Amino acid sequence: MAAGSLSGQAAIVGIGATEFSKNSGRSEMTLAVECVTSALEDAGIHPSEVDGLVTFTLDNNPEIEIFREIGGEELKFFSRIHYVGGAACATVQQAAMAVASGVCEVVVCYRAMNERSEYRFGAGMQDTQAQADFETAHYGWYIPHGLVTPASWVAICAQRYMYETGATTEDFGRVAVAARQFASTNPNAWFYEQPITLDDHQNSRWICGPLRLLDCCQESDGGVALVITSAERAKKLNHKPALIKGAAQGACDDPQMMTHFYRQDITRLSEVGLVAKQLYRQAGLTPDDIQTAVIYDHFTPFVLPQLEEFGFCDKGTAKDFIRDGQITMGGRLPINTHGGQIGEAYIHGMNGIAEAVRQVRGSAVNQVDQVNNVLVSAGTGVPTSGLILGQ
Amino acid sequence: MENNNKELEARMAATIGVEVGPQRSWDPVNLPMICHWCQAMGDDNPMYTNLEYAEQSDQGSIIAPPTMIQALTMKGVTETPAPGSVSRTEEQPYVLDMLDEAGYVSVVAVNCDQEYFSHVKPGDDISHIMTIESISELKHTALGEGYFVTELWTFINQDNEKVAEMRFRLLKFKTPQQAQRPGSAGSQSNKPKAPQRPRPGLNRDNAFFWKGLKQGKLLIQRCTSCQTLRHPPSPMCPSCQSLDKDVVEASGKGVVHSFVNLHHPALPAFDDPNPIALVELEEGTRLVAGLINIEPEDVRIGMPVKAEITQCDDELTLALFSPVTE
Ligand SMILES: [Zn+2]
Repeated sequence: MAAGSLSGQAAIVGIGATEFSKNSGRSEMTLAVECVTSALEDAGIHPSEVDGLVTFTLDNNPEIEIFREIGGEELKFFSRIHYVGGAACATVQQAAMAVASGVCEVVVCYRAMNERSEYRFGAGMQDTQAQADFETAHYGWYIPHGLVTPASWVAICAQRYMYETGATTEDFGRVAVAARQFASTNPNAWFYEQPITLDDHQNSRWICGPLRLLDCCQESDGGVALVITSAERAKKLNHKPALIKGAAQGACDDPQMMTHFYRQDITRLSEVGLVAKQLYRQAGLTPDDIQTAVIYDHFTPFVLPQLEEFGFCDKGTAKDFIRDGQITMGGRLPINTHGGQIGEAYIHGMNGIAEAVRQVRGSAVNQVDQVNNVLVSAGTGVPTSGLILGQ
Repeated sequence: MENNNKELEARMAATIGVEVGPQRSWDPVNLPMICHWCQAMGDDNPMYTNLEYAEQSDQGSIIAPPTMIQALTMKGVTETPAPGSVSRTEEQPYVLDMLDEAGYVSVVAVNCDQEYFSHVKPGDDISHIMTIESISELKHTALGEGYFVTELWTFINQDNEKVAEMRFRLLKFKTPQQAQRPGSAGSQSNKPKAPQRPRPGLNRDNAFFWKGLKQGKLLIQRCTSCQTLRHPPSPMCPSCQSLDKDVVEASGKGVVHSFVNLHHPALPAFDDPNPIALVELEEGTRLVAGLINIEPEDVRIGMPVKAEITQCDDELTLALFSPVTE
């Protein structure tokens, strides 16, 4: 890796989480400080050493309030990244950049929400009359027609993807079945010991055709935090470090927030391709070097083009890759071994990064053999981000 | 009449199992609250109020009277939900409201069963989730015709453990007089205002488009420097960075580039399912629009469609699209 490269300069050295539930019964700030301190304890770093904090939009816990709560002393870097779940991996990218540049030494990335018990993203958008700033007014092109939910925006692209590639709703279903299979053996997963069959998927009710209920991830309460420090210091800490070999953000090809309906080919997740290109170049790796991946699964249909954009299969062939069982244990690329956001919890990508760290450490409940490198993606259909973590 | 009820019954059935809440308690369970309850109910069981007695019992501390469970999460006299409560949204219509609108305005409580799973003690933070467990067929009772509705209230504590369940069954009905009286609740004249579609947010960048629709025109923004058309509209031309622009009127002809059939959330202003397309206009730009005059299962990618500029209500005019029949 070239001098000045970000690759290998920082590592994730601590992971922490609350339980995942439908109703946490406590405040979001409580969840936040619980997961932050548990990640620091996992790392073996005292909270007073934290000098950087990163989160992303729609989190309601102010950086400085968390800093106060944990008894922080000098906060030198704080950032709140746009585009919700698309920013999950970008939190680690910014932390790594801050550490690599010497701006600060210990950065905690966090996400803590009572999404299920207090908000419900699936409920749909209401009138946007009151705030007609450019971003909000954009939804005015959709909501008067009833296209009001993330599921409905994804469904527009999914329908065209099926038309062009021959993928079927059963292929989407296989993604859900695989995730629930992994979740069924993960005691921390909401759907622990509750696997589903393809029939269950096909019999689940329509949410927004071609999406069924079991194509949609859960809505969850919970928090996850990650601790990032220099690769040098990481060697002296509690666990085998998960080196940040690649970390990238991406937006391109007429990007939109959930509605890239105006790009030439709406079946493509071009921004994922841009992230992939950067990750492989930074890390000096190819798709063949990746043993397992965490592929953002808020909605199953977007898992397929992600596998294509990351180069695990050719465009339009993800359906064959999945039908061949390549995303399950023993396949070419087991994905979402924690159960994903479909099976474990929907913490907007952060729980997936924690799983990637466990795969690198060798401590995952569904551990893949001989993991050298794990790829992690973030929210799709939005400006996005990604990581390659490894030994 | 027969048909009316089928539609009503389908809408009511869609509410079964939908979780509403949680509704939180104003305060954690506490001794004064328990004492007031016991005094009001005339219950002198020492397990509820006598600290010393209760400490020496198997429980090791006082417990709240199990039958008090429903009172714990009540909103209170101001009818304000306690902080942290999640109220019913428009997407969670209440079956009793539907029955009111349909003219079944009378109500009688039938029975209430409570089941307790663990003791509630001072300090516990109780909330409840409400679902509709079942709705009967149309029944002809001595009171009149109506529906039996069973609500299931699930009470949980701060550890997310289910402490109690309550099934509350009631009959929503209309008396024979109500059923005969024309113009009573449920008839055309007395119907609430038709539900409205969500409103777009207008601003200086997009107002011309919505104004055009009110004048019966579907407009597309055009860069006057390089003539490129664009939608959605924006201040700058992405092709040449010019700020100069005007509009052209679209022919309204296009094809379905992609589509969805939206089932959830079933918003009152829309058909269920609601077919919505991403239409590619013959001019080359795309826009999202509801489809009309077509069955959801008949929509196909590539299908030719044409714009039908439709006044949806007093304020809102939209370009909806219908299939082109040769
Ligand atoms: Zn131009």
